[in-house]
Amino acid sequence: MTTIIITTMTMSTTMLDDFLIRATLAGLGVALAAAPLGCFVVWRRMAYFGDATAHAAVLGVALSLALSTSIFAGVLVVSLIMALVVSGLSGRTLAMDTMLGVLSHSALALGLVAVSFLQGVRIDLMAYLFGDILAVGRGDLVVIWGGALLVLAMTMLRWQALLTATLNPDLAYAGGLNPKAEQLVLTLSLAIVVAVAIKVVGVLLIAAMLIIPAAGARPLSRTPEGMAVKAAIIGAVSAVLGLQASALYDTPAGPSIVCVAAAIFALSQGVASLRPS
Amino acid sequence: MSLIKAESLSVTLGGHKALTNVDMSIDAGEIVTVVGPNGSGKTTLLRALIGAVQPSGGRVTRESGLRIGYVPQSLTIDATLPITVSRFLSLPVRRRAQAVDEALDQAGASGLQSRQMSALSGGQFQRVLLARALLEKPHMLVLDEPTTGLDQPGSAGFYRQIEDLRRDIGCAVLMVSHELHVVMSASDRVICLNGHVCCHGAPDIVASAPEYRALFGSGTGGALALYRHDHDHHHHHDHEHDHA
Repeated sequence: MTTIIITTMTMSTTMLDDFLIRATLAGLGVALAAAPLGCFVVWRRMAYFGDATAHAAVLGVALSLALSTSIFAGVLVVSLIMALVVSGLSGRTLAMDTMLGVLSHSALALGLVAVSFLQGVRIDLMAYLFGDILAVGRGDLVVIWGGALLVLAMTMLRWQALLTATLNPDLAYAGGLNPKAEQLVLTLSLAIVVAVAIKVVGVLLIAAMLIIPAAGARPLSRTPEGMAVKAAIIGAVSAVLGLQASALYDTPAGPSIVCVAAAIFALSQGVASLRPS
Repeated sequence: MSLIKAESLSVTLGGHKALTNVDMSIDAGEIVTVVGPNGSGKTTLLRALIGAVQPSGGRVTRESGLRIGYVPQSLTIDATLPITVSRFLSLPVRRRAQAVDEALDQAGASGLQSRQMSALSGGQFQRVLLARALLEKPHMLVLDEPTTGLDQPGSAGFYRQIEDLRRDIGCAVLMVSHELHVVMSASDRVICLNGHVCCHGAPDIVASAPEYRALFGSGTGGALALYRHDHDHHHHHDHEHDHA
């Protein structure tokens, strides 16, 4: 599998004509960006937050089709609005999980209803719910890797500050940082990851790509950096193996990637429980 | 010149006025303790001083270039976040290994570098938090009930460490404490808080002030009596609401 990664990188661009190679590159891009961000989602207990942001993406798809703008832009804007609304509402009287349950499913339902209003547009809803990674074109690759590198750069630049704010907001204030600004960095990154991942794994499984690799890396890690790197490796392995399995057994690509990630998660939990603590 | 000074400081939290017209200041090298019943705004005062909450009135003035080492009240590190002691101490500023070793020695937590934060005992955890504050090379240490969850010998040891540190590095110390017997022995000044400053001054003067007795009991002012009364401020609390 490492050979696949190395060869795809050194091959000439004609190789990008192969849909499976484009799909693999797309999967790797999403896995890399989702790994460090997924760690923060796990550490900050934001799993539902990721779900809510992703579910809002369906509404973004409907809006961009109605307004004939790019899907990426529509999803990015709607996801960002959702993420900002959710983080703005946190700390109010209603419990966070209830609030997210309301927003997440309302956004999904509203999106599905909005899509049904679109007259004359043939839209394959399944492609957005479960991803359509095998249809990734060169333009999509540019968008996915552009977004992924942007998210990676943001999380790496702000790593120390993000980590401090995650541990304790007051420690961040005392260190001259603004935890609210750090929260905004995460919110923005999350919206970008959702927008680039929608084609790869689809709305319903984006949160899985964030959480499962990070959760699988946890028992194997002693430091935050170690966990982020291992999450990236697990995500990348899942993308490559998942796509191979999908091609071999003719299974849906996005769900196959998530299944491999889940299997690695189960394996790492097993290893952890066998090890004397 | 004070290191830090609050003038007519008011803070409103969620529509509730947590602090009203608080005037206070800390000078270099002194140990000042804030006492007061639950909900009296002690933590809010500390957070306003470090800049974690914005005042709704009045102001906080810090000496320029003031470095504060902050030890929060309670810090729970989520079990999902793996982190060693030395990595924790390198946040948010990266520190050299030698500086980390020194700070751990000073805080009485030598040899914990490669332990997981989640595997530390309560006492070790507080000392690591103290070491983290010391890495700031602070002019002032700010500690919010640093001995919560420690047993009697553990907390006595912790406060001895604080006094030693003040002697060794000459930093001022501002702390919130529930343990009035400690306050009486270790502080230069005591500020008694209940939404506003009830009274302040040397420990023995505060202990005999009527405002203080209204909050903590009308005992003889002896440390033991005061400590005993510490456990039943609930009915004193009601009383204080009428008074406020």
